[in-house]
Amino acid sequence: MSAIPTHIDFRRNVQSVEPQVPASVRKATTRFLDTRAAVVDVIGQESWQALRQAGHDVRLHTINHLDYYLARLEEEVTRAGGHVHWARDAQEANRIVLEIAQEHRVKRVVKAKSMVTEEIGLNRTLVDAGVQTLETDLGEYIVQLAGTGPSHIMVPAIHLTKEGIADLFREKLGLDALPEAARLAALARAQLRQEFLAADMGITGANFLVAETGTLVLVTNEGNGRMCTTLPPLHVAVAGIDKVVPDLESLNVLLKLLPRSATGQKMSAYTAFITGPRRTEEENGPKEFHLVLLDNGRTIILQDEITRETLLCIRCGACLNVCPVYNHVGGHAYGFAYSGPIGAILLPQLVGTKVAADLPFASSLCGACADICPVKIPIVEILLRLRRRVVEGDTVEPAVSPATLRLGVQMVARAMSIPWLYDLAGQLLRIAQAPFRRGAWLPSLPPPLNRWTMARPLPALRADWRAAWRRRTPEGRTRQRRIRIALVAALASAAAYVGWRLIQRQDRGE
Amino acid sequence: MRARVQVFATCLGENFFSDVLKDMVTVLERLGVQCEFPEGQTCCGQPFYNSGFQSQTLALARNWLRAFANTTGYIVAPSGSCTDFVRHRYLELFPPGAPEHPQVEEIASRAVEFTEFLTRVLKVTEMGAHFPHKVTYHAACHSLRNLGLRDEPKLLLQAVEGLELVPLAEEETCCGFGGVFSVIYPEVSRAMMDAKVKNIQASGAEYIVTNEPGCLMNISGVLQRIGSPIKPMHLIQILASSKDSSRPSP
Repeated sequence: MSAIPTHIDFRRNVQSVEPQVPASVRKATTRFLDTRAAVVDVIGQESWQALRQAGHDVRLHTINHLDYYLARLEEEVTRAGGHVHWARDAQEANRIVLEIAQEHRVKRVVKAKSMVTEEIGLNRTLVDAGVQTLETDLGEYIVQLAGTGPSHIMVPAIHLTKEGIADLFREKLGLDALPEAARLAALARAQLRQEFLAADMGITGANFLVAETGTLVLVTNEGNGRMCTTLPPLHVAVAGIDKVVPDLESLNVLLKLLPRSATGQKMSAYTAFITGPRRTEEENGPKEFHLVLLDNGRTIILQDEITRETLLCIRCGACLNVCPVYNHVGGHAYGFAYSGPIGAILLPQLVGTKVAADLPFASSLCGACADICPVKIPIVEILLRLRRRVVEGDTVEPAVSPATLRLGVQMVARAMSIPWLYDLAGQLLRIAQAPFRRGAWLPSLPPPLNRWTMARPLPALRADWRAAWRRRTPEGRTRQRRIRIALVAALASAAAYVGWRLIQRQDRGE
Repeated sequence: MRARVQVFATCLGENFFSDVLKDMVTVLERLGVQCEFPEGQTCCGQPFYNSGFQSQTLALARNWLRAFANTTGYIVAPSGSCTDFVRHRYLELFPPGAPEHPQVEEIASRAVEFTEFLTRVLKVTEMGAHFPHKVTYHAACHSLRNLGLRDEPKLLLQAVEGLELVPLAEEETCCGFGGVFSVIYPEVSRAMMDAKVKNIQASGAEYIVTNEPGCLMNISGVLQRIGSPIKPMHLIQILASSKDSSRPSP
């Protein structure tokens, strides 16, 4: 359970990443990327690219017509016998779910994996109200035991080793297990089976919500999602308003893209279609079905034409898997529920740039994420737009960076756009670097440039191209001589001025 | 007809890698291309734009356009990143309707990265270069993903006489430079470049070659720090090597 943060300090978080995390993360992401590449190869690059485009188009169309599809969805869910609730923010969503639980005197809740309940901190609300709340996805079960949040949107415990999980089971459950995946899973399964049977309420998220039919679609691999939605008498699903898709035909496109991008599967082990509660003639399924539709900042995200595409995300996690930054720092460094490139663009919009100003900068802009994204979210474009929001402010939020910084940068930018001044500055810096120079390198520089040299030396500034170019022709040589003389004269007069001021100061007896 | 191009030095190029620029001119002149260098150019503005100071980029972009206005021929840079920036981002900075827009369409569309110019404009890969060494290649992110130059740089290397191109594991993974990123998060940048250098060492190459000054600055810095015998080079420097030129090591 991660609390909604008040400030995310990415650099500090990175510095406290445990040393075994990158290797654990790397091992899993490499496997996912390899299997993904193999299933994409089967489809063929050309068809895959066409599929991505279709996925992008259908998602963008839906996001641009959310008002229509959400109304349709509400109508169809209600027609199927479900109850639809609208939640403006996290607090409201938590209150709605808690009220439903209290109305039904719920004591035990089983949960399927859901990022959105992580986003609103639902577990904390329920537990604080005395409702036992248990995560049943194996990865979520493990991170719940560990008392942390998930570190990957698909693979919550990706940061842990098998040995670490075995230790956790021993410490928290008093169970002795060999650090082998199958044994650990079997232990967790035995623990969970009783819980499924005893639960009064099942909570899930939603991978998709089909407006045309009022159907909730859950894509899982462990089967626990199905247990949560069939065994308890009450099913509550919480979903962001961005999860809606128009119809089964568009769902078909997204169901081809999601498992392939996420885990490299053609299809996940379970794809559940849930339309309303149990019908009278049916034996299984909950007696009551509630759908909580959450805004929590999503309608604000819609306001900006570029950042809006953040809402196309289908939470496959491929951008995390391919991201070199994510692979070296893990998910917890991003400070809250969502991590990796999608976290870096989603969190600043969900919790505000004031809280998450660091995240749009936590990227080398290499673009691997945008290349792999199954719905073609222009992640780099959105990162850049959010960097601007942090530094200069825009119509959505005011700037976070201080005005003095903007003024300083403005002066530097103006100076650099004046060619003679730019040239002169290069020559002066070349002289100024002398005390720091060791051969062809500057091994250690004062702040803020030490941020570069703490990781590797900087090559010494040469700034000799223009002179070299001018020396190619007689006119150029004349020009270069004149520039040289001007530079020497400027330096001499600067030295004379400083000397004169020093003499004056001495004369005044200071 | 003798082709004529404008040299777009780029700020990293002219301030840190003047040898690369000299070699670029050498190779182009060898291919019968006449080079000009408009002295009014400074920085294209990308470092400011990518740091979020997007309105401060305008002054630099206007100066760049001014510098290359009234010139003819392709504008050739030893950097895919800067090329991508002026070619694609200027259109967004000066959208249709902005007074500078027609200029952007006329000027910035002439910008090409060096290997792109050789392979796609001149359509040459063979230029009599000679470099009898084991070389591995790092794909720079913006050349690769924004300009789509995946095979072109390697085709040029493979055509060099005596050169043995050995594969680099994770060739297309970012080296950790990322401009402002490298100074905001030096620890992450360092972890990324350490992984890159490990792969470079495992390749068995004597030289690590890339076509991007930013990556070159980053990678050469790490190699220097760890005292590695592997030598970093810009791809242009390899193409400029000939049988009779004795290359001083960079």
